[in-house]
Amino acid sequence: MDFNQPATENPADRQRVLGKSTPRIDGPLKTTGTAPYAYERHDVAEGQLVGYPLGSAIAKGRIVSMDTSEAEAAPGVQAVIRTTDMDVLGKFQMNVVPLFGGPEILHYHQAIALVVADSFEEARAATALIRVEYDEDETDGFDLAARREAALEQEGEIEQEVGDFETAFAEAAVTLDETYTTPAESHAMMEPHATIALWEGEGNLSVWTSNQMVAWNVQGLCDVFGLNKENVHVDSPFIGGGFGVKLFVRADAVLAALGSRETGRPVKVALPRPMIANNTTHRAETIQRIRIGANEDGTITAIGHDGMSETQPGGRGENCTAQTPVFYAGPNRLIVNRLVDMYLPEANAMRAPGEASGLMALEIAMDEMAEKLGMDPVEFRAINDTQVDPGDPEKAFSERHFVECLRQGAERFGWADRNQEPGSRREGMWLIGHGMAGGYRGAPSTTSAARVRLQPDGTAIVETDMTDIGTGSYTIIAQTAAEMLGLGVDKVEVRLGDSSFPVSAGSGGQWGASSSTAGTYAACVKLREEIARRLGNDDASALEFADGKVTTGDRTVPLTEIASDGEIVAEDTINFGDFREKFILATFAAHFVEVAVHVGTGETRVRRMLAVCDAGRILNPLSARSQVIGGMVMGIGAALMEELAVDTGRGFFANHDLAGYEVPVHADIHEQEVVFLDTEDATSTPLKAKGVGELGLCGIAAAVANAHYNATGVRIRDYPLTLDKVLDRLPTI
Amino acid sequence: MAAGNPAAKFIAGGTNLLDLMKLEIEAPQHLIDVNGIGLDQIEETDDGGLRIGALVRNTDLAADERVRRDYGVLTRALVAGASGQLRNKATTAGNLLQRTRCPYFYDTNMACNKRAPGSGCTALMEGAFSKQLGIIGTSDNCIATHPSDMAIALRLLDAVVETTNGSGATREIPLEDFYALPGDTPEVETILEPGELITAVTLPAPLGGVQMYHKVRDRASYAFALVSVALVLQDDGTGRVALGGVAPQPWRMTEAEAELPNGAAAVITRLLDGANPTEENAFKITLAERTLAAMLAEARG
Ligand SMILES: Cc1cc2nc3c(=O)[nH]c(=O)nc-3n(C[C@H](O)[C@H](O)[C@H](O)COP(=O)(O)OP(=O)(O)OC[C@H]3O[C@@H](n4cnc5c(N)ncnc54)[C@H](O)[C@@H]3O)c2cc1C
Ligand code: SF4
Repeated sequence: MDFNQPATENPADRQRVLGKSTPRIDGPLKTTGTAPYAYERHDVAEGQLVGYPLGSAIAKGRIVSMDTSEAEAAPGVQAVIRTTDMDVLGKFQMNVVPLFGGPEILHYHQAIALVVADSFEEARAATALIRVEYDEDETDGFDLAARREAALEQEGEIEQEVGDFETAFAEAAVTLDETYTTPAESHAMMEPHATIALWEGEGNLSVWTSNQMVAWNVQGLCDVFGLNKENVHVDSPFIGGGFGVKLFVRADAVLAALGSRETGRPVKVALPRPMIANNTTHRAETIQRIRIGANEDGTITAIGHDGMSETQPGGRGENCTAQTPVFYAGPNRLIVNRLVDMYLPEANAMRAPGEASGLMALEIAMDEMAEKLGMDPVEFRAINDTQVDPGDPEKAFSERHFVECLRQGAERFGWADRNQEPGSRREGMWLIGHGMAGGYRGAPSTTSAARVRLQPDGTAIVETDMTDIGTGSYTIIAQTAAEMLGLGVDKVEVRLGDSSFPVSAGSGGQWGASSSTAGTYAACVKLREEIARRLGNDDASALEFADGKVTTGDRTVPLTEIASDGEIVAEDTINFGDFREKFILATFAAHFVEVAVHVGTGETRVRRMLAVCDAGRILNPLSARSQVIGGMVMGIGAALMEELAVDTGRGFFANHDLAGYEVPVHADIHEQEVVFLDTEDATSTPLKAKGVGELGLCGIAAAVANAHYNATGVRIRDYPLTLDKVLDRLPTI
Repeated sequence: MAAGNPAAKFIAGGTNLLDLMKLEIEAPQHLIDVNGIGLDQIEETDDGGLRIGALVRNTDLAADERVRRDYGVLTRALVAGASGQLRNKATTAGNLLQRTRCPYFYDTNMACNKRAPGSGCTALMEGAFSKQLGIIGTSDNCIATHPSDMAIALRLLDAVVETTNGSGATREIPLEDFYALPGDTPEVETILEPGELITAVTLPAPLGGVQMYHKVRDRASYAFALVSVALVLQDDGTGRVALGGVAPQPWRMTEAEAELPNGAAAVITRLLDGANPTEENAFKITLAERTLAAMLAEARG
């Protein structure tokens, strides 16, 4: 199906199943511990061996020698795979650093060996017996701040240049020029990377893995090993969180495949928790200079955002200026992005890559600017709203209800009763503050296919290689098919994550929900057409599907009868047409937060948060809410505690476990409220839906930071806002 | 058996030892399970105190009515530690002997005198991450802290550790003397002999007063202390103070306590006199002072 014009009224509009809060259909499998997660799939291949990886002990250099003799002789060991025994393996286009092969070391904990043994314990013990000698290279260092000045002298990449920023900024009545930093962050998902691989014959590879993008994984394995797609099978039905760290093939799958190739038996590999931070990807550290100029009345006349992030050579770092070209109006604009090459582990996508860290800076800047102007920060944002691309006014937002988010949020939160004077409201030992911020995240959708099989018993099966990374894909896909075929959700079985299924958009960039439901819709439309044909009616839209029956004219036929001769199968792909390029598709939020900061210790606790979201039609309010509150939790982490600590001497993230890398725990989360505006976006998909999976994270950290300022009167521009940064500026006790 | 075999270790709750074994930081050849040998009772002593068996779980100790009533600072310190699940397993002796949380101790690629004597101390090298680490009682060879919350309260309460060795000889070691400062041998953390088993910890008669424990950290729970302060404050303004998160052992000093009537700054100045922090953890001095000040303000209403 080609989606070549805005959606008009269609069967998905009935909203009998879609749009209704629906508990996730895979919930019982998870709560009973029977959902098959990769590492525990003991039944998929017999005779599984266990591999344990070894990571590099240095950041940059090469291996001079690797002595594995003791490891090879250790009990239970079946094979030792050494990076020095092979050339650098191939690389998928999204990977920056090769995952294995050759003596060159580009980052700490880069995989350099795998021990395969009968048991996990034997493999682990033997790995500790490997002796490696390195020749370390001098590098330019690992301290982004220290390298900033030199980087500023290089030409950056201009993302947007409109009008004459420098002049307008110099002439503006009120200006702000501040620099903000965000630290490197780890995805810290619950399930580590894990794969069981079986290599058969000359190059037939099956992997049972945990990956967000099945088709990318297939391609990745082909690129790494020089295989043909037909010979690679990937299965990833359940994923214990990903946040972008499982977007494409990583060392677990490559090592497991190598182990299996060597031993002829299935081999399973999970990355040990301490390797996640340094072996896999992270969100890059950024330094962001923001300049805003405005008239006395608050209209922005100039906006400049100069972002910088670290990356492995050839990588893309963190595009922290992503939102700035289009979020607020202003005739003069200069948006620049800079990359600093560094041999830290690979920076790559993490939930809302770009906007998440960009808004951490921009939305503090907006708060500071509002204060300089003596304006309510809600009002300041509202008057600088834009309905078109400020750099290309021909290009409009398909739907943008940001101002309504702001207004509704202010109303519901009780913004009018907020603490007005920073540092002035106190309850016992706690300083109380209120803050808000805007949220923005693009709403892309991409090609996605699905197959629908109507069964003789009147139920339906949907197959697509889409993944459910805890987001609720199973459920919204079931809802879509149920809506289209007039069934209850319980009559639809959804099968995901298998590369033998039609290729979907996969889970990433907040595009999964909108794309995969559109693909399911397309397949269902095709199935309806086939059913119409069988009923002798060429116009499928004249058919009414309800309660397991189809009505055409005055004839009502149960689906069981239609499929009585055997299942009816329909498959289709949704392709998104060019007409959408005339529009910007995006989602919006307004976040409101109340925090308490301990006057003695500077400990910050978030008491209350509200997000008002504009994200098109909400397919399942229950799981959408879960996505947004999850994002808000992550935003508290970003604001107050999450930071991969760079050891700038040795070039690695030192706090590489979940004791050292702190993410919020239950005790950090109090009241959370989420409101979805009742909007539809006909330009987005036939279902008029957009993603929400990343929106919840966008802007929230800045709202916390602004509330922290409001509580303490101390402005902190370096995330996270840990207590050591505010301590000596708190009032005496 | 333990005495005769230097490669053997006792295992109690296993919540620290097993984690270290998984990372090959500890690699005992034999484990001696001390669960189920009857050391799990809390009894009253003749002098009005309590005798806490070495195997009493942290949860049970914190919930004990006598402890809650008479040694409130101990209950508060216990429940500020780890998580409910961990406290259900963790024991009194195991908690005292848990090892540091220095990130370099945990990473076997890194030089660490405590883990591999003589290899160096990464935490003191340029560019190292030392925010969590110690500021006093440390040495040029190691700046790690002892991470226990419970031990801070026990030190405040003048607890005594009771032990026995393979030949049946027993010792009573005041907690004050129990830990060894790192000096040139950071791998030696206590004065226990190889194979010496902790059997109990005794508390003297109750102290009375207002008892508080404030554990400071960026996340609300399930994190080790940046700084923690245990306080007993009597009506007459005298009292006791012990600090956690700053040193290789619970940090307490009678001379500093004498300054209590003069306020938090006076106490901390004395208590942390000679502190030698890194650039990243110098804030702990201010933090200790401000935390104590807030507690005193609260205690005095
Ligand atoms: C994620 C996490 C978070 C934590 N957070 C905190 C925290 O915030 N605050 C805090 O205080 N603690 C914290 N802990 C540490 C926890 O309190 C300790 O792991 C626990 O107290 C150790 O007790 P155990 O009985 O499990 O000891 P084990 O692991 O069994 O043993 C620890 C050591 O004691 C020795 N040992 C045990 N019993 C005896 C005995 N009777 N005689 C002689 N030697 C003995 C063992 O040989 C071993 O060396 C945390 C732990 C984890 C895993
Ligand atoms: S501070 Fe102590 S534990 Fe940490 S690296 Fe140095 S010697 Fe090891």
